[in-house]
Amino acid sequence: MKKALLTLLTATLLGTALPVLADRMPLPADTPASYKAECTSCHMAYPPAMLGAADWKKTMSQLETHFGTDAAVDRKIALEIGTFLERNAGSGNRVAGAGNPPRITKTVRFERKHDDIPAKFWRDKRINSPANCEACHQSADKGRFSEHDMLIPELKR
Amino acid sequence: MQAISRLSLVAFILFSTLPALAETPQQIRQSYTSEAAAQQAGFTASAKRGDTFFRQRFAINDKMPACTSCHMDNPMLAGKHAVTGKDIKPLAPQANADRLSDPAKVEKWFGRNCKEVAGRACTPAEKADFLAFLSEAR
Repeated sequence: MKKALLTLLTATLLGTALPVLADRMPLPADTPASYKAECTSCHMAYPPAMLGAADWKKTMSQLETHFGTDAAVDRKIALEIGTFLERNAGSGNRVAGAGNPPRITKTVRFERKHDDIPAKFWRDKRINSPANCEACHQSADKGRFSEHDMLIPELKR
Repeated sequence: MQAISRLSLVAFILFSTLPALAETPQQIRQSYTSEAAAQQAGFTASAKRGDTFFRQRFAINDKMPACTSCHMDNPMLAGKHAVTGKDIKPLAPQANADRLSDPAKVEKWFGRNCKEVAGRACTPAEKADFLAFLSEAR
């Protein structure tokens, strides 16, 4: 009886905690200032867990042609950012499928989480690009990507 | 001998700390102006030419044909990145005190954006004109 209760309690805790955890991806405490300084001029500071280590490595090795933009940084900063990204990278199937150049939007997790978003939303002027997390996820900069925390009312659950 | 080495130590400390200090928009513009004047005698920066440059359609890049594609028409107001949709803070120091305070940052963005939008490096004269335009924006 005690064991069954414990199992039930564990299952309940897991069941309620996991979806919250999955939508919470704050930047790690050891995020170097250079990551924000260099990357957030054009896009938000994506949580490193959104791509695998090998894909971050690939991304950092081709910054001169970064999605049509020269985003090159000097060697010292590249090393600092690259080390940080690989150390905090995501793993497993969730981050598979990023392609080359690696795109967070091609990963299994991103596609699964967004497979119910109609194409017209992606074309919406307020969104502009799937790279623009903050257009819909209003607390994305704090690492909160919950479907309950949406800026665009039509997308709110 | 000792005096000289002390002097060089002082000079070393001064010169090695100076670049770390924030500069004013005027100082940064002045260094581009001097560079331009070395190439073209009597050069003075013109906010009007900077304004024209800001609005020029270079049409090298489909998504960013001009500076205004991302920075919008008024440097006192926020812009929006044409590709990612991210908000960009105003360019004019009068609207955003962080602007034009770090020469390395200014040079980095001229480097990236000139290549991307104008399809070439900007000249020191163009940079001085552009900074004059931004500094005078109200």
